[in-house]
Amino acid sequence: MVDNATSDDPAKARRFRDAALPHLDAIYTLARYLLRNPADAEDAVQECYLRALRHFDTLRSPAIKPWLFAILRNVCRTEYARRSVVQLRDVNAELDKAEEAGPLWGEAPETPETTMIRKLDAATIQRLVAALPDAFREVIVLREINDLSYREIAEVVGAPVGTVMSRLARARSMLRAAWLAAEGQPT
Amino acid sequence: MTCDESEVLLHALLDDELDAGHARDVEVHVAACSRCAIQLRQFRALHAAMSTTDLRFSAPASLRARVNAVVPATPYPVPNRRMLLKGFALGSMLSAAVAASLVITVIRPDQDQRILGEVVSAHLRSLQAEHLTDVQTSDQHTVKPWFNGRLDVAPPVVDLAAHGFALVGGRLDYIDGRAVAAIVYRRHSHVINLFVTQGSSFGQGATLKTVQGFNVKLWSEQGLYFCAVSDINADELQEFKEKFEAATRPGAGP
Repeated sequence: MVDNATSDDPAKARRFRDAALPHLDAIYTLARYLLRNPADAEDAVQECYLRALRHFDTLRSPAIKPWLFAILRNVCRTEYARRSVVQLRDVNAELDKAEEAGPLWGEAPETPETTMIRKLDAATIQRLVAALPDAFREVIVLREINDLSYREIAEVVGAPVGTVMSRLARARSMLRAAWLAAEGQPT
Repeated sequence: MTCDESEVLLHALLDDELDAGHARDVEVHVAACSRCAIQLRQFRALHAAMSTTDLRFSAPASLRARVNAVVPATPYPVPNRRMLLKGFALGSMLSAAVAASLVITVIRPDQDQRILGEVVSAHLRSLQAEHLTDVQTSDQHTVKPWFNGRLDVAPPVVDLAAHGFALVGGRLDYIDGRAVAAIVYRRHSHVINLFVTQGSSFGQGATLKTVQGFNVKLWSEQGLYFCAVSDINADELQEFKEKFEAATRPGAGP
């Protein structure tokens, strides 16, 4: 590329806009699920675009979306970790704890496996997803809502594809249990 | 395959992430194991319920304005056009703004025209060189994973045989110097090449154009850019686009 990466370079700003702005809704969606608070999500998305523009020259892959997601996730984990309203902890520590704790709330053993999964309304599904622990919530959102491939999810969360697969399997088991429980309740 | 392995891999199966060999292994196991079969059915239902419900959030106008302030829109065309513009402006009384808009309207179509020419050339090559497909199958679950690792995009692949557009296979092609996915369909004896890329090489906006007698339909969705080329008539190509969009986003909101 001909330009030399100053932030007031109009050609660079233009390329960044063309590439990054179409993903605003997707980035905001991830922020809403990660932070569970609209005001924080807006702040995080703005910070994400600031950082992304600043580091746009370091983007080597032509796939900008996973890169933006990774920046957003980083913003959410570093900037908002200390806010009392948000309970973001170190994902890997949380994962160890979850695995040591054995079967998670209502997971498979008690699940009547012949039960059919029925459709739930969007608000209920959003509530169930929001209730998942961080490490599992993010893979579910990236896969089911943002439609990323396993490879892209691995890039975003900075873990091997195998780890993504096992987290997703566990996340879906947890969501299924919560889903079946919610089906039984009057809404 | 054991149930433990199947428990993880069945997710990759329903997410279209397995190669053909592993997909078969999981299917063989699931056919013989009722417990894993139930799991697969439940997780498929969960996946389907989530993908047919709009669970996304739309960025509020206030956020859009804040992000726009971070990355202010520039009135400048890309550098080579700007240099051209300087040449014009030196010898004339045109104001920079007028000249800029003139250059944009004059030069944009040339750029787009060049891409369209390349798209049609790629379509013609695919018909002539016995190289219509790299992977030939009407099974969308074989075509989609085939692109994994060959491209940085995961193009949506759906069979539209029920609507009269039969999936023939997939191919890697090059447009504007970049690798793109080509998904190949047949309508009676006519071939439709659907090119999919992530960059905006195909230009913006949904349009129908006719180039060298071929109809070219352009659209973009969810960050992917689509370009369908065929010798079928414009209405049929429009119908193809609508069926494809409906099949890739079942019941999803805007």
